[in-house]
Amino acid sequence: MATFISNSPAETEAFGRRLAKRVGPGTVLALKGELGSGKTQFVKGLVAGLGSKAPVTSPTFTILHEYAGGHLPIYHFDFFRLQDRQSAVRLGLDDYFFGAGLSVIEWADKFPELIPEPAQWVFFEMKSENERIINTREDDAIRESRIPLKPHQMK
Amino acid sequence: MKTILALETSCDETAVAILRGSELLASEVASQIVEHEKFGGVVPEVASRNHLIHAPRLIECAKGRAKIDMLDVDAFAATSGPGLASSLMIGASIAKGLAIGFGKPYLAINHLEGHLLSPFFNNGHIKSNVSLVVSGGHTMSILVRGLGDYRLIGRTVDDAAGEAFDKVAKLLRLGYPGGPEIERHAGSGDPARFNLPRSMIDSENFSFSGLKTAVRYLLPKLRGDFLADLCASFQQAIVDVLVRKTIVAAQKHNVVLVTMSGGVSCNEELRRQLRDACEQKGFEFKSAEPWLCTDNAAMIAFAAMLKLESGFASNVAEEIDPNLALVSSG
Repeated sequence: MATFISNSPAETEAFGRRLAKRVGPGTVLALKGELGSGKTQFVKGLVAGLGSKAPVTSPTFTILHEYAGGHLPIYHFDFFRLQDRQSAVRLGLDDYFFGAGLSVIEWADKFPELIPEPAQWVFFEMKSENERIINTREDDAIRESRIPLKPHQMK
Repeated sequence: MKTILALETSCDETAVAILRGSELLASEVASQIVEHEKFGGVVPEVASRNHLIHAPRLIECAKGRAKIDMLDVDAFAATSGPGLASSLMIGASIAKGLAIGFGKPYLAINHLEGHLLSPFFNNGHIKSNVSLVVSGGHTMSILVRGLGDYRLIGRTVDDAAGEAFDKVAKLLRLGYPGGPEIERHAGSGDPARFNLPRSMIDSENFSFSGLKTAVRYLLPKLRGDFLADLCASFQQAIVDVLVRKTIVAAQKHNVVLVTMSGGVSCNEELRRQLRDACEQKGFEFKSAEPWLCTDNAAMIAFAAMLKLESGFASNVAEEIDPNLALVSSG
């Protein structure tokens, strides 16, 4: 139920750094927020907070970036460009969710039914040009649309 | 004259090409073929991986178009990174399997090297240059001293330039892919009407995330007819940054040639302005042909050909690498 007000990209990054202390192997962070709301900036902090110096960039076109060098492998997904749930599955994205790394998914709300349980949702809202409201509250629409799937049912 | 069959499966597109010497015999791309073939309707659900469905068919198509037999192929190549591990693995495994089966060399090719060499496809010998690779997934400038001798000058710290085009097109409710849409509207617009940020203009790295956000906040304030002017102003902001940083890098590293490749290099305004800037500052300029700039395996086959001709082959035990960097061997 935590809510955080960010007043700059640097503060959003710092929030990611702090959240890095609360993740472990197999954690899935599902991010929701419109264009420019700070999702990639948050992941920058998360990756740095896990001790990796890997350069973090948006995976919108490349779909997935893997970052090594931290306490655990980090899989940075982006569903923005995916057409449908099948295309995600056909690319083998589901393989990563059940591994030993941290999965963090931008535009996760495009296919909430693909997000494994239990995932931690992080919501980014644009309040003004610099102000962002970031909260980790579960939202009803997401909860209702989610169909719990076991790995073998996703194929 | 050597013949190379190359696969490119670094992301969600499957592509196969066959190159003989400097002649491209076939270049097949799955998404384009599916368009007009619709092979029997639905892709079988059980075949869960896209590239596994498309690659064998594309290889057959390419062989047919090239009118060659597998026995005529002198080496098999595949993209080995950077990209999506589960996708890279399929192309690389097929190329390795063919190489082992036919007793021919295997060549692991870096996707970015495929791009940065593509301006030289049937277009002269490789010489020192500053290379701008600019696409949906990548934006970087590289100092190229020769084949295999690369040094990263700068790269995007957030969004790639092509991604900025697509996301702004989305904000403007234009179609996908967004780049050509914005370019089309920009053609009749005034690039000076809106003053949009040129982020990190004095750095060697690139940043386009702030530009996207600036458009996001400008939009609700606009009334009336603004689409063409906004597209032109946005496009000019990107072109300014790319041209300026590339010219500064070319001057700093004392090269005589500037090259450009990747999907965004198809943008006519970027081509024109970078060509003009090069001319003005005394640099030679080469850009990849537009058909080599989108996802394709021809550029992978070409990079493999240059490597094969210089006596290079990869070990079939070489693993794919999702984070493969462009490293200097020189």
